Amino acid sequence: MTLEFTLATARDALRARRISARELTEAHLAAIDALEPELHAFITVTPEQALAQADAADAALGRGEGGPLTGLPVAIKDLFCTKGVRTTAASRILEPFVPPYESTVTANMLRDGAVFLGKTNLDEFAMGSSTTTSAFGATINPWQRRGANTQLVPGGSSGGSAAAVAAGMALASTGTDTGGSIRQPASFCGIVGMKPTYGRCSRFGVVAFASSLDQPGPFARTVEDTAILLGSMAGHDPKDSTSVNRPVPDYAAACRRGVRGLRIGIPREYHSDGMPAEIEALWTQGIAWLREAGAEIVDVSLPHTKYGLATYYIVAPAEASSNLARYDGVRFGLRVPANDLTDLYEETRAAGFGAEVRRRILIGTYVLSAGYYDAYYLKAQKVRALILRDFTDAFERVDALLTPTAPSAAFALGEKNDDPVQMYLNDVFTVPASIAGVPGISVPAGVDGDGLPLGLQVIGRHFDEETVFAVGSVLEQAAEFSAKPAIRMEAGR
Amino acid sequence: MSAPESTYVIEGSTGPWELVIGLEVHAQVVSKAKLFSGASAEYGAEPNSQVSFVDAAFPGMLPVINRECVAQAVRTGLGLKAEINLVSRFDRKNYFYADLPAGYQISQFAHPIVGKGVIEIELESGAIRPIGVTRLHLEQDAGKSMHDQHPSQSFIDLNRAGVALMEIVSEPDMRTPEEAGAYLRKLRTIMRYLGTCDGNMEEGSMRADVNVSVRKAGEPFRTRCEIKNVNSVRFVMQAIEAEARRQVEIWEAGGEVRQETRLYDPSRGETRSMRSKEDAHDYRYFPDPDLLPLVIEQEWVEELATHLPELPDAKKARFMSQYGLPAYDAGVLVMEQATADFYEAVARGRDGKIAANWMLGDFFAGLNRMGRGIEDSPVSAEGLGGLLDLLADATINGRIAKEVMEAMMETGETAAAIVEARGLRQVTDTGAIDGAVDQVLAANPDKLAEYKAGKEKLFGFFVGQVMKAMAGKGNPALVNEALKRKL
Amino acid sequence: MSSASAALDPAAVRRIARLARIRLADEDVAQLQSELGAILGWIEQLNEVDVSGVDPLASVGSATLTMREDVVTDGDQTEAVLANAPAHSGPFYTVPKVVE
Repeated sequence: MTLEFTLATARDALRARRISARELTEAHLAAIDALEPELHAFITVTPEQALAQADAADAALGRGEGGPLTGLPVAIKDLFCTKGVRTTAASRILEPFVPPYESTVTANMLRDGAVFLGKTNLDEFAMGSSTTTSAFGATINPWQRRGANTQLVPGGSSGGSAAAVAAGMALASTGTDTGGSIRQPASFCGIVGMKPTYGRCSRFGVVAFASSLDQPGPFARTVEDTAILLGSMAGHDPKDSTSVNRPVPDYAAACRRGVRGLRIGIPREYHSDGMPAEIEALWTQGIAWLREAGAEIVDVSLPHTKYGLATYYIVAPAEASSNLARYDGVRFGLRVPANDLTDLYEETRAAGFGAEVRRRILIGTYVLSAGYYDAYYLKAQKVRALILRDFTDAFERVDALLTPTAPSAAFALGEKNDDPVQMYLNDVFTVPASIAGVPGISVPAGVDGDGLPLGLQVIGRHFDEETVFAVGSVLEQAAEFSAKPAIRMEAGR
Repeated sequence: MSAPESTYVIEGSTGPWELVIGLEVHAQVVSKAKLFSGASAEYGAEPNSQVSFVDAAFPGMLPVINRECVAQAVRTGLGLKAEINLVSRFDRKNYFYADLPAGYQISQFAHPIVGKGVIEIELESGAIRPIGVTRLHLEQDAGKSMHDQHPSQSFIDLNRAGVALMEIVSEPDMRTPEEAGAYLRKLRTIMRYLGTCDGNMEEGSMRADVNVSVRKAGEPFRTRCEIKNVNSVRFVMQAIEAEARRQVEIWEAGGEVRQETRLYDPSRGETRSMRSKEDAHDYRYFPDPDLLPLVIEQEWVEELATHLPELPDAKKARFMSQYGLPAYDAGVLVMEQATADFYEAVARGRDGKIAANWMLGDFFAGLNRMGRGIEDSPVSAEGLGGLLDLLADATINGRIAKEVMEAMMETGETAAAIVEARGLRQVTDTGAIDGAVDQVLAANPDKLAEYKAGKEKLFGFFVGQVMKAMAGKGNPALVNEALKRKL
Repeated sequence: MSSASAALDPAAVRRIARLARIRLADEDVAQLQSELGAILGWIEQLNEVDVSGVDPLASVGSATLTMREDVVTDGDQTEAVLANAPAHSGPFYTVPKVVE
């Protein structure tokens, strides 16, 4: 049952009282029970809370009340602080942390009646593209190569959220995207993932990785579902100075706009020598679908695209090195006792941070340190300005851009662990939009030769999520993506 | 701005050394809430009771700036005749310390809100010197570490963490401890007038870091040392002298002064090196990505400017021209806003010079004796004015007025009530005065004879005797007149 | 910048780790030296970009900072502030004694 429903159809069934929130929630909790040993998509599951919220939702629905998400079971990336529910950022250093406050995004969802099933796994502090750097163990992609049972990564950093939705353990989920952490796992897991414009969703209560890039966003199995969820998550928050004060449009309505008359840009720099032919072909197919639906296809140039990753791997670690200084063993989280304050800091942070987080903190510390700031950090900020200008220029000519989401399908667990730089290349197509702060969506559009899902990415103007949803919906309809993951919850399983 | 030649030098074995002094003042902004959180900024609360999760740097917490703190920085900038930067920015200063929860302090490094300004200081000689202000920026205060509560632990209280500070940096324009003291006092006076900092150095709401170097006349600057966190004007002046002497000794012994941070120990009258940490100075400043550039409107700055109070320099000039006060008196009266307001309330509609004389004389002496300030004076401005009115309309004479003032201080009663109750009204009845004169002359035949023989300075003796006979209440002019007539 | 990664000797790795307050085991230093060196070497491709006349971009957010009013809305929650602390004494956080 759980994979049959979308967020939209479940909402309608609840309102029509064809199903109760308790039934829906119990079904998803059962799916979690059944699949969690294989997938490990969650760090913390909260069945009692979920059922209590479901009962409250049923009561509200019984009174004819309820918000846009009332009674809908969803999962929350364990980077969002949830009041009274442990929030770890998948790090040892926050293992015991129970926030006394609720993030604005999750508070908005609770206001709208959502049921929270639990907290999903991620790369530690959202640093990674595979959900393998979690201190609580890796999440496994519900998809498998045809005829093989090799364990694949779900992508990352929001891999737990993506896997949970793909496998039918949740109707939808929240993620955060700093360089691709929503779009890339959505592509790997065959679902839809949306990174809104920087400033569209509040970062208040979201454990910070790189403040100028981090942006919460939704995962779901349809474009419309992500639009519905984003409608709840988004909104101005006076507690986040970078949150934007402008109204939240009806994103779900935008999904039905079509693309007739839109100009869609194809950035030539996204063609790379090493790109698998299947991905190149899928991209070409996507272009054809949009043209057939009435869009005008325009060749555009984003000349600084190739510098996106290097820029990102200066800016993000620099901010992270400062953001993660607060994990010092004094006010919350792990503490390794010592007789001296410096020892306490150094031992606590050595024990609390995993290898990738440590690497990034050190890189970030280095690029900000005396003598290197201008060469690295300042230079990266200038290149960032050029990358933003690329997008601004392109969006003078086109309404949206179409690119592949990731340079490959899901890879095997352990495949790219040895070389950090190889791992970083996963984000080559997603990072530029993050750097520019523009919105992007990944829509499952096909499968590769092994039967693994591949996504296409639509990128839009600042705060023009509506066009992104419109284009994404057209791709979704044309692709008629119907493949199913190997490990999933379905009626009868 | 070039400073006039200074005569203050330290005489070393190789000759005179000149001092070069710059000050960095940390002034706590007067505001209800903290710079980036909604927790109270009030002093003296229970430990960790004024702490938001933002102040304690909990995961996911974000700073949101307090408009009033920005306004206070702008007001202070205007008071220092400084450039107001309509676009400024917040940076993170990264370092680890137990009372710095985030592992960074939010400050303004590259683009402060206030640029160059000036403070005019007045020296004892009466000379006026302009001291350059380099910049003023907003930043967060740290929490408080207590090291003396437990044998093996330091205790951390974050009530101060995140309270807004203004850091006001001077040019190295000062050449004497006196100038540094005058600069601090003047800065404090200006901020108190503006209501932007209470200037209370005991409570730490104003602290100074002092940069000191020495040089031979005409030389470029030599290496300076920074004396951290000096918390009184007197200690600042002492620390400068002690540090300058230390540096002179080093240079003269053929040594090299090392640039470092030092602490002043008032009990020993010397500075000592702070345990220097190797990487202490790699602060890795970068723009705080949680905060966008701070952009303020010129109209807002102008609106704040129109509501600024009259500042001490302007007030002093006005007191001199409007009330005919000498510069020194006007300077003393404008030192504190409350004193200046009190003075004006007394002087309004009265003789300004007499009002100033009385305030600076008997009134201040009385307050000093009682250990009180102008704010809790037992005699109001109205009360002092009432006394001056009795003096002006000759109800009492000057000598009695002093007595009445003392009584007012003690009892808080009005001058009129005291004069009535104690019968101190001046006697102008010539019959009574003549009677007293006759009585005194009759009682002092020998003195009278001497006077008549030409010892005219005995006139004063007779005046005194007559006044004494009249219990001090005789009208002095009438007594003189009667004596002259009868002698 | 080109010589920067070459400058990443073991002493530099230790210096950075000390700045970041992360204790390194001796055997970690060599591995980090090569990993960090590789990352920094890869980052150096930015050398190719001509950025003359370009203003650095710190944030892509809406142009200016919004301000809040000067009202006390927070605090008075000592218990909640201390609830997650690994150690505290009465109302204070505690750390090993600091000698200044």
